[in-house]
Amino acid sequence: MNPRLTTENSKLRTEPAPRFTHHRTLGLAYLALSTIALLAGTALSLLMRLHLAWPAWSLPLHGLILPEEYLGLVTLHGTLMLFFVLTIAPQWGFGNLLVPAQIGASSMAFPRWNRAALILFATALSTLLASPFVPGGSAISGWTAYPPLSAITIAGPGQAGGMDLWLAAIAFFALASLVAAVNMLATIITMRCPGMAWHRLPLTVWGWFTAALLSIPAFSVLLAALLMLFSDRHLHTSFFLPATEVVNGLVLHSPGDGSPLLWLHLFWFFGHPEVYIAVLPGIGLTSMVLANFARRRVFAYRIMIAVTLLIGLLGILVWGHHMFVAGLSPFAGSTFAISTMAIALPASAEVLSWLATVWGSKPRLTTPMLFALGFVSLFVAGGLTGPILAQPILDQYLHNTMFVVAHFHLIMAMAGVFGLYLATYYWFPLLAGRMLNDGLGRVHFYATLLGAYATFLPMHLAGLAGEPRHYAQLTGVAGPAGTLLKNLLPLQRHITYAAIFLAAAQLPFVWNLVRTLSGPRTASANPWAATTMEWAPAPVTPPEAAASSHFAVPCVYVGPCEYSPDGNSFHPQWEPLTKVLPKE
Amino acid sequence: MPATLTPPQLEPRRVIDTPRDADNGAGGRPPVDKRTGGNGDDGGDDFERAAAGRRGPRERLATARIGLAFSLFGILLIFVGLVSAFLVTKSSYHVDAYDRVINSWLPTALPTILWLNTAVLFISSVTAELARRAMFHEQSIMDEWFGLGKPTSKRATVWLAVTLVFGMLFLVGQWVAWLQLQMQRVYYASNSSGHFFYLITAAHALHLFIGTALLIGALAVLRSSKQFATRQIWVDTTVWYWHAMGVLWVALFVLLDFFQ
Repeated sequence: MNPRLTTENSKLRTEPAPRFTHHRTLGLAYLALSTIALLAGTALSLLMRLHLAWPAWSLPLHGLILPEEYLGLVTLHGTLMLFFVLTIAPQWGFGNLLVPAQIGASSMAFPRWNRAALILFATALSTLLASPFVPGGSAISGWTAYPPLSAITIAGPGQAGGMDLWLAAIAFFALASLVAAVNMLATIITMRCPGMAWHRLPLTVWGWFTAALLSIPAFSVLLAALLMLFSDRHLHTSFFLPATEVVNGLVLHSPGDGSPLLWLHLFWFFGHPEVYIAVLPGIGLTSMVLANFARRRVFAYRIMIAVTLLIGLLGILVWGHHMFVAGLSPFAGSTFAISTMAIALPASAEVLSWLATVWGSKPRLTTPMLFALGFVSLFVAGGLTGPILAQPILDQYLHNTMFVVAHFHLIMAMAGVFGLYLATYYWFPLLAGRMLNDGLGRVHFYATLLGAYATFLPMHLAGLAGEPRHYAQLTGVAGPAGTLLKNLLPLQRHITYAAIFLAAAQLPFVWNLVRTLSGPRTASANPWAATTMEWAPAPVTPPEAAASSHFAVPCVYVGPCEYSPDGNSFHPQWEPLTKVLPKE
Repeated sequence: MPATLTPPQLEPRRVIDTPRDADNGAGGRPPVDKRTGGNGDDGGDDFERAAAGRRGPRERLATARIGLAFSLFGILLIFVGLVSAFLVTKSSYHVDAYDRVINSWLPTALPTILWLNTAVLFISSVTAELARRAMFHEQSIMDEWFGLGKPTSKRATVWLAVTLVFGMLFLVGQWVAWLQLQMQRVYYASNSSGHFFYLITAAHALHLFIGTALLIGALAVLRSSKQFATRQIWVDTTVWYWHAMGVLWVALFVLLDFFQ
């Protein structure tokens, strides 16, 4: 068509982006949001642990932690950690920082939409953090907000204003995620540099791509459910309310045959993909980092791409396993049990690939490598309890016990956090021009790994013994149940001590950050001898020349992870295939 | 020697991916890049072959369309969520004190004005498509390139304005339908069937309202933007959005009218 339009196009692409739409600025801003949520969520979890171990302990300047306040802590901790830490940081924080660099693009596809998503995320976080300060305090129905308790304002102290703010926060969050996901998908599809074919994309990009692909159906359905819950709360409808129910001694009638189960279906259709959104970027990064420090190709690279997508696909087919004890039809239970156990196949394939990649290699045990190995360990330890909980019969007993808490904290929370630390240590030279101290990093790694297992492994035992979750206080119960719970109290105390140790184990990391950031910029361009595009040296041509010359754009010539047999030399993706790798 | 499960690839496969790679090392002058960035170039819409920003005049349009497609997928899923809730609730029941199985779903008889609204929305889609095609009329584009005014935008403006009028008519028509139902004492809160009728139509109306905002935005861009590509993108994506909302409405209308 019109050649003039072409020049207009290229001009548009090379113009400096408007303020605060650059993906690196936005990525750091996303990480800042997550850091706020992480600090708040960690503090809340410590309060919960202290209360469980010593129910009579009174919080300075506050007093005793009341049961409703404990449930508020549970709700806020879960919402902050799952939404604002484990979704924002890996997917949108590191996603924005690294996706354009890894695919050789100069920007995201829609920078201004990216900024809009950030503003929506920030609004969501401030709305949620404001909720404890309204009359009645924050919502108490957990991060899953099951009706009828979440649909009826008299159900509890936090279920009026606090619940409304929770709803608003999650609605903002869902909108923001949709916008950000559309941006991420369009970026990966259209902004790849010449030569960056799909099979040459690093597995990290595949992780981000799959997670974004999952975000769209998940958060859309969540939005629909939020609309209905809002109607039930304020417009006297009964989407999720049965015809008659008794709440706090009052008999309530509703028109129609609504059902709380309907919310469970819609919520978990979102909720289960959500946990894959949280962990898929970490899975991809672990593959790449293991390969890089073992100086090997990722074992079965293309199969790993398929496996990543398969995990995403199965992730949207298994939501019913959260509802085995909620009154699901037994036939539906069997179906969901089978689809859930099917996830063990791609998950095992990932683990096998990781093991095969490092098997017999002599890996450099740098801090990122240690955290990648830690990720594998937590993924296996947490994942093995998955097929157990996937059986409706076993879940009947375990569902409302600490066993489930142990399961999802190992596989999602701890593996997710290890993914974040892995990303931080691995990409710090790129983001800050400095290397984090390796010695302090090792101390941080071993202490965190020890703390994570010391905290969450005993929870399995508590759950198997029958200790229920979601309860504010387990002392002072009469009868055999009281004896059972009393016997478990030492275990609870141990878990609390371990949790405090785990929190304290993060201090070396903070000290490492402060120390490194105040030091000089000493990192070389490619300190890990990595092969992916983000480590490509900055183009020497000035931007004006880059705009006019066809030869200044980054180009990809090979897939990632091309190392020579001895591991000493490697072929980065940005280097043309002029030199042949030495044969032996 | 330990077993190695990942033998390194000794000879990386040489895939010629870009014209630059065509240099076989036999000497001679470096290859001259003859690409103009037009659609006739090899690669064309292939996002892997040319650099971002150099894939021809349709590149930004293609990117915007991909963004739009994923957005529409999300919107579709919102309605999938609502409709599946509709189907489940319609067939659910409770057991009363006398052990009777009671399904309290009272089907909502739809106001006939909805048929008229559907026709209006269909016409608006036709006019929207005329506006979109005006933006891709090659002769007008060439005229514009030669500096002979803005014939594409002129024609598109007219059709978009007509679409806007019909779109607003549709929204008013939906409003009238809600009023008519309320006069028959069918309210949002009266029955599950009413819940879903109002919620689904309101959610759709909200999306059409966003559509009218996009139409107004596109009209403003047609007036103010000097970039032909920008004008084309605004009109094209707005119209595709409009079509999608039209198709969605037909599906929802069939559901609400025949599957109560």
